[in-house]
Amino acid sequence: MRTIVNSQSVFFSTGTQQLRDNRPWVVFIHGAAMDHTVWTHPARFFARHGYNVVAPDLPGHGRSDGPLLSDVESLADWLHKVLTTLQCQQPLLIGHSMGSLIALECAARQDSDTQGVALLGPSMPMPVTEVLLDAAKDNDSAAYAMANFWSHSHQGKLGANANPGVWMFGSGYRLMNQCDKDVFHTDLNVCQNARLNLDSVTCPTLVLVGESDQMTPMRAGLSLAEQLPNPQIVQLPGSGHAMLNERPNEILDALRDFVFALALNP
Amino acid sequence: MSDDKRSVPETGFDTLSLHGGQRPDPTTGARATPIYQSASFVFPDTDFAVGLFNIERAGHVYSRLSNPTNAVLEERIAALEGGVGAIATASGQAATHLAIATLCSAGDHIVASRSLYGGTHNLLDYTLPRFGIDTTFVDPRSPGQFKSAIKSNTKLLFGEILGNPGLEVLDIPTISELGHGAGLPLVVDSTFATPWLCKPIELGADLVIHSATKFLSGHGAIIGGLLVDGGTFDWRSSVRFPTLLEPYEGFHDLVFEEEFGPLAFLMRARKEGMRDFGACMAPTTAFYALMGLETLSLRMQRHVDNTRAIVRFLEEQNEVIQVIHPELPTHPDHELAKKLLPKGAGAVLCMVIKGGREAGRKFIESLSLISHLANIGDAKTLVIHPASTTHHRMSADALKAAGIDEGLIRISVGLEDVDDLKTDLKSALRRSQRS
Repeated sequence: MRTIVNSQSVFFSTGTQQLRDNRPWVVFIHGAAMDHTVWTHPARFFARHGYNVVAPDLPGHGRSDGPLLSDVESLADWLHKVLTTLQCQQPLLIGHSMGSLIALECAARQDSDTQGVALLGPSMPMPVTEVLLDAAKDNDSAAYAMANFWSHSHQGKLGANANPGVWMFGSGYRLMNQCDKDVFHTDLNVCQNARLNLDSVTCPTLVLVGESDQMTPMRAGLSLAEQLPNPQIVQLPGSGHAMLNERPNEILDALRDFVFALALNP
Repeated sequence: MSDDKRSVPETGFDTLSLHGGQRPDPTTGARATPIYQSASFVFPDTDFAVGLFNIERAGHVYSRLSNPTNAVLEERIAALEGGVGAIATASGQAATHLAIATLCSAGDHIVASRSLYGGTHNLLDYTLPRFGIDTTFVDPRSPGQFKSAIKSNTKLLFGEILGNPGLEVLDIPTISELGHGAGLPLVVDSTFATPWLCKPIELGADLVIHSATKFLSGHGAIIGGLLVDGGTFDWRSSVRFPTLLEPYEGFHDLVFEEEFGPLAFLMRARKEGMRDFGACMAPTTAFYALMGLETLSLRMQRHVDNTRAIVRFLEEQNEVIQVIHPELPTHPDHELAKKLLPKGAGAVLCMVIKGGREAGRKFIESLSLISHLANIGDAKTLVIHPASTTHHRMSADALKAAGIDEGLIRISVGLEDVDDLKTDLKSALRRSQRS
């Protein structure tokens, strides 16, 4: 589906269900150089269970138009406008990697009455190596290759995907490689420069960390969790940063339990 | 910034041939891929079951749709080809049909090389027209003919990496660029090459087909096929593909390109094609194919080495009029082969012997070690004489029109000691010329 924000067309997936009145909202926010398709499984799950699902493509990503936004504050502003336009109330925000920073910023502002935040592969700060930033700045496809390599665990690089017949190492690279020019570099700078006030986050939180995550190492995710009030923590044994590919069912189980426990089950 | 700093280690070809798509069995610790000989798989609860059917959950439902053993093979070939995923099918023909049926409907059109495996030619020229899908055949050595044959209802370009019987080398970079410019994917049958000799997706192809019966497995013990999705084609920017871009009533109005991005084709092919056409691979077949894949590079190198030796040998024989192989400077595609197939131009060669159809028949019947049969890509050397077997009903003129000399012999060079092959060939060539 599409809506208009800042005079730009915004694409968002709803999990192939219509948005309806009086339903709880679950919002999925993708990571750097990604788009809404990384959320297909959980989006379809929550849509079937009666939630209004919104999984937008961030500006300049996937099918959304608009200039790239270069800091997490601007992305949170944009998301707030999207949700306001859709008359979304009391959303539960779920973000992966860079998307987790946007979710946290929204929750810290408390301007959308966020009901809860689920953070997949978070880190605060979220440093990026110089070699990756430089390659992304040059729009060198080596940037995608590096990020894809570091995003997968040892086993993830060899496959054995729970999704039959999908070579996740190849599909991860291909998704990033579809990005327009400058998208990845802009996103990496969003991650690199993000500084959030976690003290303002008061809503329930879930933190999912991959024990073999090289992009946002588990210890960084756990350190972030320590700064949140009463976080639920799920450690994914052997999982890398590309956890939506490597552990799709475990992640959905964790999200289901978190969301349903917030009495948001419609 | 130096290139070295930006390079990342890649998992090597042989490592992927051995480990791609697999982890030791989590239940038993089995190192080899178990054969999951089960039609269906138990659901932990009803919600999980619904989730599997509705593409919310990852897992297996029914072996026509997917199977754990097949999934290892599918990931492995996708890894070796550089794709995003693959589907194992009952045969190479089933893989070709699945690719076409996923993209084409009645009223659609294909542009194909005219130098194709006979079964594929039959499918395109005789069978698919009954379902409203027509094909224009063009000279694979003239990429411009592909372009000029494109119509408003064309859905794909099709060719074989090495044609039959002339072993024409498909100019994948040029033809794929022409196709992409017209909003069309290039589908390549890469059975003759295997990913060890050529990776069509890296050269510009979008979908790759294999008969797993041949070199991939190498043992001639199974019938199977594989369809690899490169995830490279920009379906969204083309208006030609309603099966991927419009709501599919057969799956609750799901729009495959919207939901799955670079996996759109793969998902439609599995969710519709495997569900409805049902030409799935048996898990035992997948196991045998995996056993073959584990030694692919070793076998292909030996195939190539033996082929080079046999080509040189045959060129020196008085009974042989012509040897056809792309590694020969006399082959029209020699330079293209060096570029696209630098490790070797495959292990299939053709030769024309003196004496026409009758000499060909005598030659075949005089072989002792080499097997006379309708296959290629076995570890054993295989041979066929089209004029006395597959094309025996055709006159000399009809054969000539099809590019087949009456004395043409096709040889698929195996892994035997090459001196034994030479001995068998020399003896049969001598006997072929006796009156």
